[in-house]
Amino acid sequence: MCLAVPGKVIRWLDRDPLFARAEIEFEGVRRACHMACVPDTEVGEFVIVHAGVAISRVDAAEAQHILEELRHLSDAYEESPP
Amino acid sequence: MKLVDEFRDVELARSLVVDIRQRATRRWVLMEVCGGQTHSLLRNGIDAALADVVELIHGPGCPVCVTPAEDIDLACQLAQRPEVILTSFGDMLRVPGNAGSLLDAKTRGADVRMVYSPLDAVALAQREPHRQIIFFAVGFETTAPTTALAVLQADRLELENFSMIVSHVRVLPAMTLLMRAPDNRVQGFLAAGHVCTVTGFAAYDDFVREFHVPVAVTGFEPLDLLVGIRECVTQLEARIASVANCYGRSVQRAGNADAQQLIDRAYQITDGPWRGFGNIARGVLRLRPELKRFDATQRFEATESLPCLTNDCPASEVLSGRIKPRECRHFGTTCTPATPLGAPMVSSEGACAAYHRYAGQTERHGLAGPS
Repeated sequence: MCLAVPGKVIRWLDRDPLFARAEIEFEGVRRACHMACVPDTEVGEFVIVHAGVAISRVDAAEAQHILEELRHLSDAYEESPP
Repeated sequence: MKLVDEFRDVELARSLVVDIRQRATRRWVLMEVCGGQTHSLLRNGIDAALADVVELIHGPGCPVCVTPAEDIDLACQLAQRPEVILTSFGDMLRVPGNAGSLLDAKTRGADVRMVYSPLDAVALAQREPHRQIIFFAVGFETTAPTTALAVLQADRLELENFSMIVSHVRVLPAMTLLMRAPDNRVQGFLAAGHVCTVTGFAAYDDFVREFHVPVAVTGFEPLDLLVGIRECVTQLEARIASVANCYGRSVQRAGNADAQQLIDRAYQITDGPWRGFGNIARGVLRLRPELKRFDATQRFEATESLPCLTNDCPASEVLSGRIKPRECRHFGTTCTPATPLGAPMVSSEGACAAYHRYAGQTERHGLAGPS
């Protein structure tokens, strides 16, 4: 029910605060989504969409940071298995 | 899919499993709050891979499972009116009330339609000015901004033919109720990542102070879940309890202010019923008085009480984590997804449906069990 998926903002369609919409791409499929909760998002950014409404802007740097940390962990275990 | 596939990396997941197993000196009991997390844990075999160091109790986070049967009955009743098109999320249509589901009402001739978004129901109201469009609004704080947006748009558009049955529930009061139960076993929480995306996690500070349990704000992909579990285990082993954000790519401490503002404009917090739990203090959201003209319960009069069908589905025991689905005597025999006795087997996010679908699989996502 709380399923939400990330998609890339392709272009803005409407900037009205209540009716804000943008075209979002999900794995090559484009769909108009409501943007009232993420009004400051810029084209090219990723947003997380739930029930047709973007509910957050993805912090891409944070995503990379955690993946880097996990790769270091994995490398460490590969070099010296527990 | 970018930002999804990276968080399903099997090698990194295996490293995290090893890391968690090294940190744990005993078996800890954690609750994942959200039904989406339950399904991902089972689908990916995380429960099995960590079975000897972590017991995962499945929380109440399947919104359609805790939607009161009376609200479903009301929706079914209003759907029978010839002028009404009753809309809701697909999951909600299959869950039975006391007298059948919305899909049952549809087979009896009611105009019941599944929508992907509440805003689709608003668009339908614009396209069908001679019909009354009712949206059955259910879900946690993740979903509340989307239905708030729908009613605020309807207000701006001055739509006379749009209304809602509002049955939104709030997560934190239910977690508090679970912790206060005398038979509570939960030692740490994986908080629901998309709820916290909207609400933030500052509100969990008081919760942690009161109950001294770690709370890890956690996402839905295998690596997200494993990082959340690792955080809880690390804190429990160190005998500390704090709120940790393990889903930083989506969640900020203060949450999404624009989404919160939408909720505040449309809804007020009240006491109200959860199916299987009874009345929960500050547990539900209802329309603000100034938007009451969009309240379907006020626009239409419910005409008759429906006959009550009863069975001995112990859904409340499953939803509160007191029993695992397999401990129910009906599980997999008289209760299956094809012949469900209760909401947790009907809903695609229900714990019983997750067990039925995944728990028999021995190799899930390549995560090996304990060696």
